[in-house]
Amino acid sequence: MIKSQFKSPLFPYLLLLPQLSIVVIFFYWPAAEAIRSSFYLEDPFGFSSTFVGLDNFRDMVSRSDYVATAEFTIIFSVIVTLFSLAIALLLAVTADRVLRGASTYKTLLMWVYAIAPPVAALIGIMMFDTLVGPIARFFQALGWNYQLGTNRFDTAFAMIVISIWKQVPVNFIFFLSGLQGIPKSVQEAAAIDCASSTRRFWTITFPLLAPTGFFLLIINITYSLFDTFGIIDVVLKGEPGNNPVTLVYKVFLDGFRGNDLGGSSAQSVILMILVLILTVFQFRLIERRVHYN
Amino acid sequence: MSIRNIVIGAMASAMSVAMAVPAMAQTEITWWHAMGGQLGETVNQLAEKFNASQSDYKITPIYKGSYEETMTAGIAAFRAGEQPNVIQIFDAGAATIIGAKGAVVPAQQLMSENGVPFDINDYISGVRYFYADKEGEMIGMPFNSSTPIMYYNEDALKKAGVTPPKTWEEFQSVTAPKLKEAGYVPLTQSHLPWIFTENFYSRHNLEFASLDNGYDSGTPVMMMNEDPIKGHFAAVKEWLDNGMFAWYGTGWADNQKPFNEGQAAMWLGSSGSFGGVKAAANFSFNATYLPYWESLTKEPYQTFIGGAALFAMSGKPADENKAVAEFFRFLTSPEIQYFWHKETGYVPITTAAYELAKKEGYYKETPQAEVGIRQLTERAGDWTRGYRLGFYVQIRDVMNREYGKILSGEKGVDEAFTTIEVESNKLLERFSKSMGN
Repeated sequence: MIKSQFKSPLFPYLLLLPQLSIVVIFFYWPAAEAIRSSFYLEDPFGFSSTFVGLDNFRDMVSRSDYVATAEFTIIFSVIVTLFSLAIALLLAVTADRVLRGASTYKTLLMWVYAIAPPVAALIGIMMFDTLVGPIARFFQALGWNYQLGTNRFDTAFAMIVISIWKQVPVNFIFFLSGLQGIPKSVQEAAAIDCASSTRRFWTITFPLLAPTGFFLLIINITYSLFDTFGIIDVVLKGEPGNNPVTLVYKVFLDGFRGNDLGGSSAQSVILMILVLILTVFQFRLIERRVHYN
Repeated sequence: MSIRNIVIGAMASAMSVAMAVPAMAQTEITWWHAMGGQLGETVNQLAEKFNASQSDYKITPIYKGSYEETMTAGIAAFRAGEQPNVIQIFDAGAATIIGAKGAVVPAQQLMSENGVPFDINDYISGVRYFYADKEGEMIGMPFNSSTPIMYYNEDALKKAGVTPPKTWEEFQSVTAPKLKEAGYVPLTQSHLPWIFTENFYSRHNLEFASLDNGYDSGTPVMMMNEDPIKGHFAAVKEWLDNGMFAWYGTGWADNQKPFNEGQAAMWLGSSGSFGGVKAAANFSFNATYLPYWESLTKEPYQTFIGGAALFAMSGKPADENKAVAEFFRFLTSPEIQYFWHKETGYVPITTAAYELAKKEGYYKETPQAEVGIRQLTERAGDWTRGYRLGFYVQIRDVMNREYGKILSGEKGVDEAFTTIEVESNKLLERFSKSMGN
């Protein structure tokens, strides 16, 4: 192996500079700014700015709607993550078995991936609309008086279904490629030993898919926490009313709609900490237990 | 191409060259607004009219999205030193922009400094002081001013054999049951905080917030946990449960749609909705005053304006400020106000414009268009001037959230109003602190 050495010790840093400056300007600087302003109370136009210590955080947790939003976010993320993973896995396993017209099925299943979240939400609103939406009508025919936008539970239901629908294709693609990465010889050997395909799935396929599944778990949690913003915004039509929102959407509501910079910065600091915990969790706890090879 | 066309073409291009020359010396100003759709078209027409009326100034209107989005964009631009000359800020944002000392040049000051005559008494009474400071100096120029009124489907009311109700007592005992019997949704409304809260207080002359509804300096406290408003919402919930009222969520359009489509017989909306209803409805409709509770007041009081005002942002060169002053002069002229009133349904803001509309016989052909302005000029009381409350966008969100909970049955009236009182007072305190008090 040839080991090359840079002549000047500064040269590698120079090569890293473009990447580093992007990271600093677009990630660290705004993050630092958010942390700074979470300790200040500032008028929207920026004329007066007072250091208030942890007051913004205290205000935040003392508000009933913040606690309710946090609770909803947890429920929302758990349901969206679980269902989008489970449905995608089921579809991937099924599509993997199909022999005739396999690529057509796969393409059709991946299609939704190309739809932008707000567009997915628009389609969702049409389906769930209280008066004309076919899904809403179906529920109403079953005796569930489904009311999008007025009933908290019903709106949450639509948000969750749309978010899952949007995410399933991404998971599907990853699961499918994960399945195809499992050596044929292993599967064939298992087929000789065990007749039950369900049992084969749980003892052979599922553990071998674990790295993919774990990677997707993290991706899906961040998706449900952050990327569902566009879906929620469109479903709410700009007016939250009594409908549930997630923590990220609340940062937007208080900061951009309500012009409370200190308060919304405090909320985004909490989200930053959450992401930090997730990352530590990813690298420290789970990665050790998942076998990548 | 005939010779005639060529000649005309040549003349046209010669003219455009001739017209382009003085453009070099023009002062250009920008105007950020929140008027989408049909209203946006009318705003563009206003700008074109202004630009055609003289050659020294040129105004460019730019649509920035909803009221909230426009305000946020304006604030961000101001902080970056890129603010527009004129920005449209809505009623709920008035405290934010007026409270920020140094963000705007008061309209009154701007006009008098630039030799444009200004007399606050030229403005109609319901409009005059909403965007003024506590000394009565006009800070924002009222632009699209509207007030909540009741639209009704004439065919539906005829079929049910009722007349539009004057009071809520009449509505719940006579009008609504008959309309329901005739197969209609009796009533919908499009904005619970604006129509059923702010203007509810004004219509009955009730104190909305301490410190003169927030106009005085200090930290006001809202009077939200009070019997009149709680009684009103208890009644609304009962109407909803009995099929005398329908609620389609917090969105404006979702609640207007059933009326436009003829399913709802009556709809509480904005006097500025007139043009939109006229374009959508294929039945004969009319409008009348916002009902009131006779048990709270024998005779109703005036409502105040909603909508938005134009603010001249500070930090601009003198010649551009002069251009803005000239634009305000143009905008408040009776002819332009009449044009705006007629096109959109927003009320004319000056007495002269109102007189002009009367003289032209506009209200003879369309009496609905006069309802808003007449309601705004009904008798005034101590609490009918409006309100000046900070973080009011969030306070409205709190109201919408809790009202939604009442209507969807998640919460009782008492519990919801206690939450509104506690949370809005917390927000007011926070706003006051953020302003350095």
